[in-house]
Amino acid sequence: MKHTISVLVENHAGVLARVAGLFARRAYNIDSLAVGVTADENVSRITIVADGDDYTLEQILKQLNKLIDVIKVRAFSETELLTRELVLVKVNCTPAQRAELISIAKITEAKISDISINTITLELSDYSNKIKTFEELLRPYGIKEIVRTGTVAIQRGSASLTI
Amino acid sequence: MSENTMTVAKAMVECLKAEGVKHVFGYPGAAICPFYDELITSGIEHILVRHEVNAGHEASGYARITGRAGVCVATSGPGALNLITAIATAYMDSIPIVAITGQVNSDQIGRDVFQEADITGSAEPFVKHSYIVKDPASICDVIKKAFYIAETGRPGPVLIDVPMDVQLMETEFMYPETVEIRSYKPTTEGNKLQIKRVADTISKAQRPVICAGGGVFLSDAKQGLAELAHRCDIPVINTMMGISNMDMSDPLYFGMIGMHGVKAANHAVKNCDLLILLGARMGDRAVVAIRNNKKMQVVHIDIDPAEIGKNLDVNTPVVGDIRRILCQLLEIIPEMKHTDWVNELDGVRKQTASVPAAKEGTVCPKSFIEELNRQLPKDSIIVADVGQNQIWTANNIRLTEGRFMTAGGMGTMGYSLPAAIGAKKATPERTVIAMCGDGSLQMQFMELATAIQHNINVKIIVFVNSALGMVRELQEKIYERETAVDLTGSPRFDIIAEAYGIKAENITDISQAEAAISNMLASEKPYLLQVFVDREERTII
Ligand SMILES: Cc1ncc(C[n+]2csc(CCOP(=O)(O)OP(=O)(O)O)c2C)c(N)n1
Repeated sequence: MKHTISVLVENHAGVLARVAGLFARRAYNIDSLAVGVTADENVSRITIVADGDDYTLEQILKQLNKLIDVIKVRAFSETELLTRELVLVKVNCTPAQRAELISIAKITEAKISDISINTITLELSDYSNKIKTFEELLRPYGIKEIVRTGTVAIQRGSASLTI
Repeated sequence: MSENTMTVAKAMVECLKAEGVKHVFGYPGAAICPFYDELITSGIEHILVRHEVNAGHEASGYARITGRAGVCVATSGPGALNLITAIATAYMDSIPIVAITGQVNSDQIGRDVFQEADITGSAEPFVKHSYIVKDPASICDVIKKAFYIAETGRPGPVLIDVPMDVQLMETEFMYPETVEIRSYKPTTEGNKLQIKRVADTISKAQRPVICAGGGVFLSDAKQGLAELAHRCDIPVINTMMGISNMDMSDPLYFGMIGMHGVKAANHAVKNCDLLILLGARMGDRAVVAIRNNKKMQVVHIDIDPAEIGKNLDVNTPVVGDIRRILCQLLEIIPEMKHTDWVNELDGVRKQTASVPAAKEGTVCPKSFIEELNRQLPKDSIIVADVGQNQIWTANNIRLTEGRFMTAGGMGTMGYSLPAAIGAKKATPERTVIAMCGDGSLQMQFMELATAIQHNINVKIIVFVNSALGMVRELQEKIYERETAVDLTGSPRFDIIAEAYGIKAENITDISQAEAAISNMLASEKPYLLQVFVDREERTII
């Protein structure tokens, strides 16, 4: 089962290595990982999507909590969260195909971020499944390059995770 | 410039003094020389080991006895790397140590310069926390936090890596009085409701047993354990790490559980209806005996929430300091009796098989240890190494007020002598004996020089079976032939000992044991006793 875990950590050098190392050596699988500083510049937030049963999830949370630089850890259920990934896709695009691709961008609410004589680069921020569909739509044109971030997640409604 | 302005190296030493450190175990090299140059005039005694791994083990033996973090020191690169096995050993056994390493100059880090090793990176899986000090102004804070983290909560090793140029920079010495780490707040007090549940569960049980582990030592809870056992008439068994946390002559004490444990203890966990785990992490080798008992309830009391439910499903968890929790529990729990259950275990205990006569020219380890028990001062400290020698010692030694210790979690060969040296340094008035095999002795006998140089009166008992006995026994059982376990070529350890100026004696017959042990215990110097045992001798007696 997939779990989304938010980890608030001290914004020190080496913290990410500690967190990633913990997953590696305890054989927990990471599907995606994203890090960024929070409103408090001394605190970073790591969002991890991990795979595992309930026992593994409990162990992950407990072991993360033991790292001295970890301030707070929480796992969320899917319904509690608003999740986003960002993807940049460079697609083959002859001048004749431009109109078609621009209409795909419109429908999917992707942004046209760059364009060249024979390519177009589209940008989309959405939840994971939407991004997958987006990729499927573009595949027939020939994807030259694709860059995707890890998932970031925030609670729906007024609840928030703070230290 | 105030009088508190000094180099980081001097500040490090001042911090250690402020922490009350009396002894450090270490081995120098260029990158840690600024620190050593200040240490020498500080009044802190430095014990020069003969290999860095032993600095770590000595700090660990020291810590187990003092209850405070032991300090070990090494230089950058190979020195620091040699510490890793000891750091990992301490980590597995939750022993507080503070390891200080020199590092190459900060502007050269990452360039693969001479003797550079990423020690904080390499040791990360085995430390509770680590620091690399780049800001000279942070040194006092770092050292204060290092001791605090090492000693509180579930104890463990903390590493401080200090680049050589940083050691030479100036800073203000100001040792903080308190520590505030917002992300580290170990629970000590047990949850009242949970403790009430524990009391209820105990009251309902017919066949309860307490399995007490190393955590009982770490939280200094021996007394509470004995009180609970006696008040509620509950048999006590140990994991290997817990041995000697209960007076072993106590009628309620039934020995060590697990793969290498004794019948009575394993019978207790297999047939109990309530297992109370007290600071025992139930490692895989301890858990084997329990898996089949489906009817028991489990109460787990531990400072580390991550251990609860990790290896065994638990009905009633209580997180906190064992000593505190026992006090809380003892406030509410009534007296009770489990006479039939205790008698049943007593019956199993009495079924001990008779010991077969030893072969000509060899000594039965069990009989030898029984003789040792007769002569040992009450409060002796016994450090068992790893292998058959460890199991023989664990299952036969009888300590009442003494202390048994061993590298239970990591099973690190070569632990016993350095840990014994550390323990003796911590408590010079007590008898301290390292018990090892002829394989493990050869991983550590360089430390005989440390004992001699620093007048550390430790005793060494080596069971010579001319093989890596534990592995040989396993191969015999599973592979039906032995490979790479024969120790032919080993020297005569009595001559080696004498080369270090250490008196040695050999025994090849149990009739010599009484006099030899008495000579060893009477000597005021380090002493080595070689006990020749049959190569075929097993751990299953
Ligand atoms: C550093 C290390 N290397 C290897 C082992 C694997 N091992 C476990 S017991 C053992 C044999 C120990 O032999 P010896 O010290 O002679 O003791 P005996 O079992 O014969 O009493 C070995 C090699 C270990 N535990 N530690």
